[in-house]
Amino acid sequence: MVKDTKPKLAVYKFSSCDGCQLSILDLEDELLALTGAVEIAFFLEARRKVQPGPYDIGLVEGSISTPEEAERIVQVRKECKYLVTIGACATSGGIQALKNWADVEEYKRIVYASPKYIQTLDTASPVAAYVLVDFELRGCPVNKYQLVEVITAFVAGRRPQIPTYPVCLECKREGNVCVMVTDGAPCLGPITQAGCGAICPSFGRSCYACFGPSESSAAEMLCNHCEKTGTDKPTIVRMLRSFNGYLEPFKQVGDEYERQTVKNH
Amino acid sequence: MSVKPSKTIERTIHVENLARVEGEGALYIKSVGDEITDVQLNIFEPPRFYEAFLRGRRFTEVPDITARICGICPVAYQMSSCHAMEQALGVTVGEPIRTLRRLLYCGEWIESHVLHMFMLHLPDFLGYESVVTMAADHRDVVAKALSLKKAGNDIVNFIGGREVHPINVRIGGFYRLPSKAKAKALRETLLANREFAIETIRFMAGLDFPDFEQNYEFVAMKHPDEYPFCEGRLVSSSGLDIPIEAFLSEFEEIHVKHSTALHGRFKDGRIYLVGPLARVNLNFEQLPDSVKAIAKEIGFSVPCRNNFKSIIARALETLFAVEQAIEILEHYDDAAAPHVKITHQSGIGHGCSEAPRGILYHRYEIDDEGLIKDAIITPPTAQNQPQIEDDLRHFFPSMLDKPEEEATLRCEQLIRNYDPCISCSTHFLKLQLDRTP
Repeated sequence: MVKDTKPKLAVYKFSSCDGCQLSILDLEDELLALTGAVEIAFFLEARRKVQPGPYDIGLVEGSISTPEEAERIVQVRKECKYLVTIGACATSGGIQALKNWADVEEYKRIVYASPKYIQTLDTASPVAAYVLVDFELRGCPVNKYQLVEVITAFVAGRRPQIPTYPVCLECKREGNVCVMVTDGAPCLGPITQAGCGAICPSFGRSCYACFGPSESSAAEMLCNHCEKTGTDKPTIVRMLRSFNGYLEPFKQVGDEYERQTVKNH
Repeated sequence: MSVKPSKTIERTIHVENLARVEGEGALYIKSVGDEITDVQLNIFEPPRFYEAFLRGRRFTEVPDITARICGICPVAYQMSSCHAMEQALGVTVGEPIRTLRRLLYCGEWIESHVLHMFMLHLPDFLGYESVVTMAADHRDVVAKALSLKKAGNDIVNFIGGREVHPINVRIGGFYRLPSKAKAKALRETLLANREFAIETIRFMAGLDFPDFEQNYEFVAMKHPDEYPFCEGRLVSSSGLDIPIEAFLSEFEEIHVKHSTALHGRFKDGRIYLVGPLARVNLNFEQLPDSVKAIAKEIGFSVPCRNNFKSIIARALETLFAVEQAIEILEHYDDAAAPHVKITHQSGIGHGCSEAPRGILYHRYEIDDEGLIKDAIITPPTAQNQPQIEDDLRHFFPSMLDKPEEEATLRCEQLIRNYDPCISCSTHFLKLQLDRTP
């Protein structure tokens, strides 16, 4: 009887690299405890057995980038009590959202000999653009301990404790010297959400925003500063348009800088 | 020509969603009597267009971007990108960077191989649907496997900064070298897991393997002094021996009529196999004596043409990677320059490295402003896909008298021999085969 009362967890994949769902299997020290606490009812990468829904918690990895995915996500929403999106692809569209600025027909021709066989939408979008999402966990990839916190919180029926402040706070706690102050390097840390543990500055490089914009992210101000200190406009556009480029305010500021670049030419 | 009484029993195997593979795919096989009339391995991974959106990005950004092609083997993508870029820019990295790259790669092989062996593949051999149910009966083995897997991830963490999509890799080397104290602690962790890496080989050797051999054309890298990771020439079991720059003149990717399949083959049409079994067959002599001794003890010798035994090849490579990492860490020094300077910014370069699943080839063209003009990425699973199909075609007849459930399971197991990393399919793959004459 005890087994039947365990919350049922489902893990889904859309357009992605598998890295975020792999984070579950990378919980080497916690995995056996996790499988004791929740019933992994649907997780194709890990198990063959599929238990029918409905599920208590659905974790969704990946962006919506094909017509099939746009239909499937609606079904997924229906079979999950709580729907949690994990990772940059599911919460922002991910790196493949770069096609949102491009001519997709041209992209097809670059990669495929017979582009007409390729079924794809013009955009790669976050899951929340299609269905209601109960919680979004950022990161490219997600921090696996934050993932444990999210699962634990939903099992316990409380709100996950995930900070939304900038990564600079983590960077200070790590005792790093600021790469912007000391090297004048363009760093996206001040406008990027915490969660990674400030690993890039800890290794002496600038933050490249794989956790996406922080709460009240002053992207425009930071980019103006970077420009004044020697970073050219096309570089700023590329910095903003990476793993979370389609999220605001990154998108808006990136677009504005691109307009200025085109004007200047 | 033999004339047999015609059997008209039709059978189909249809697996809508392949489990325990990285990415998503489906399998469809049809037979009429003794004849296989249809084999379809349908990989419905959505297209993400990496080769298209890499155009216009600065060359320095490429290793961070290509890492995202695959969350299981990001190191492979970073290494092939770096080597290609460095060749284009006329840069050679010396010691200790090349050795530290080998160390990073050891970490990825360990975590990826242990993940595949114990969590994805072994349940097939032991009759479990997954590691979750397997752990109930074999908790100790699973716990030790998780510890070994973690040791691999610890290596990637140590030198890469995190296990998925490492951040410390750059063109020319690394951003910063981690401290000696951390290296010492990591070495202790690996030493503590070494014994289980040996036990793993003995354990895998004792499994029950289907009697299925194919006359594979193995393709792998080969280095004169070492078991290959990032450097060397491309060789094959029938005598191919070319520099990696010649990859595109020897191999091609085909977009088959009436399907969206892009799959790798020799330009003369032959198919080939890449991955651990190919590497072990072509580089057995380069394994350290300690690993060769265990191979001898369990009765493993090359050539080995049974890809169900790729699980043994993975186990041998895992022990090799553990020992190699221990040795590298013993001599680790954090005082060296972490990267070489890049002065030039245009050119054409090729890079190839041995991803856990086999050779991963990259080619880039960089323009005068340092922006990518053209990118070609050929991942291992795209190269193996025709071989998987061919295996299924030859294997399935032995399954004709088996119950549906068992036949399906064995075909899935055969696909999992390849540890197919479907996310790696940079291209959208969908295969339809109909060999009815």
